[in-house]
Amino acid sequence: MNITVTINGTRHTHQVEPRLLLIHYLREVLGLTGPHIGCETSLCGACTVAVDGKAVKSCTMFAVQCDGREVLTIEGLASNGNLDPIQLAFWEEHGLQCGFCTPGMIMTTKQLLERNPSPSETEIRHGLDGNLCRCTGYQHIVNAVKAAAAKMGA
Amino acid sequence: MIPQNFEYATPNSLAEAFKLLGESNAKALAGGMSLIPLMKLRLAAPDKLIDLRNVPGLNSIREEGGMLRIGALVTHYELESSPLVRSRCPLLAEAASQIGDIQVRNMGTIGGSVAHADPAADYPASLHALEAQVKLAKAGGERTLAIGSFLQDTFTTALDAGELVVEISVPVEAAGTGVSYQKCVQPASGFAIVGVAARIRKSGGRIALARVGVTGLSGKPFRAANVERLLEGAAGSAGDISKAAAVVADGVDANNDLHASADYRKHLARVYTARALAAAARKAG
Ligand SMILES: Cc1cc2nc3c(=O)[nH]c(=O)nc-3n(C[C@H](O)[C@H](O)[C@H](O)COP(=O)(O)OP(=O)(O)OC[C@H]3O[C@@H](n4cnc5c(N)ncnc54)[C@H](O)[C@@H]3O)c2cc1C
Ligand code: FES
Ligand code: FES
Repeated sequence: MNITVTINGTRHTHQVEPRLLLIHYLREVLGLTGPHIGCETSLCGACTVAVDGKAVKSCTMFAVQCDGREVLTIEGLASNGNLDPIQLAFWEEHGLQCGFCTPGMIMTTKQLLERNPSPSETEIRHGLDGNLCRCTGYQHIVNAVKAAAAKMGA
Repeated sequence: MIPQNFEYATPNSLAEAFKLLGESNAKALAGGMSLIPLMKLRLAAPDKLIDLRNVPGLNSIREEGGMLRIGALVTHYELESSPLVRSRCPLLAEAASQIGDIQVRNMGTIGGSVAHADPAADYPASLHALEAQVKLAKAGGERTLAIGSFLQDTFTTALDAGELVVEISVPVEAAGTGVSYQKCVQPASGFAIVGVAARIRKSGGRIALARVGVTGLSGKPFRAANVERLLEGAAGSAGDISKAAAVVADGVDANNDLHASADYRKHLARVYTARALAAAARKAG
């Protein structure tokens, strides 16, 4: 089936099988390997991208469901070589160790801060419920989200 | 994790959807948060997937005749964040906000959740406590069922082949009603090991209305009428509440799995019923 999807601002048209998952479309057809495959079972959030501004797990959506829609991946956040404030905050606050969960963490944080620009620690932890990290113990991630909120509010 | 192949269609009207759903082994797709995981595991392998996203009229929330009418495609996030739902039916907003995670709430829909009928899903507790009505439609016409008749058993509903959930109606909460949803979370999945929804309305220092819905405890979510009867007419003291909560699991054939034994689930049901009732009573003033 033919689909047209705007990805990180660029329109793409491809012939795909309906069963192709969005994560496989992004990684294998488009070469966007920022969104990661962690669990492939809808639990870890490493594959999180935004579809029409909504954070989704791209391992739990078919590419055909994105026909006519806009997809934003971690690759689309920086502009002109300048990191997005959330990316910068994760870097400065050591919100990552191996970095595997980071693209998903950042995409979910983006959604969280769009809806709640100054979340409490409890709200941050609730907001990142769908993203697992095996390295950091989460504290530095929470700090990074707080720092990002401060940067974006400033 | 690659599903069996299928044909994909996005009908632009209910009539077109019914026609496509009438074909053999076709399945409706809403948010995909239950169906796609099942397809990836090949526990479901439909030949045709009928994505409802372009069908008009299924994603509105309206207040009409003392009821909130919620379209089947309204997402968990929309219910959790809608000012109308938060003010007119706070119980449903509270339940929606506790489902899964942000990503799941962005995609998953109330219609998909009730049609899937997972015995540990969150909404059924609130929908029982609210005495919700489920409107179904198919090519031949519409019918409306009480939630208790719609949800029949584990993963089993009253839906006929080719029939869709189109709307769920709940009453607009009368002033002075306190509500609460209390859930013991299964931490890996986010689902309810046990979830209890309570509504309490007081009048002249007595409980005039008590409604209690329970999910997760057994194969089928239910309304705990025995608990309600003990509360109505009582003052709603801490003693009244613990006495009423104590009977919630009486005679229930409780689920038994690696997360909680049947006895432990019954214990949790009593504890979470007491918590939900106490919180609702406090808010009822
Ligand atoms: C990681 C994760 C965590 C979750 N945690 C929770 C949780 O804590 N609590 C909870 O309650 N749920 C949870 N869920 C399930 C979630 O709420 C689903 O969104 C919901 O069960 C199904 O809704 P959907 O719109 O995604 O339906 P789909 O997956 O699209 O469909 C589910 C089923 O319903 C049918 N269907 C869909 N819409 C209709 C309709 N309008 N009429 C008739 N049939 C229809 C489909 O054919 C399919 O059989 C979780 C899911 C995931 C992936
Ligand atoms: S890979 Fe998608 S949620 Fe883990
Ligand atoms: S930094 Fe390694 S998984 Fe999060």
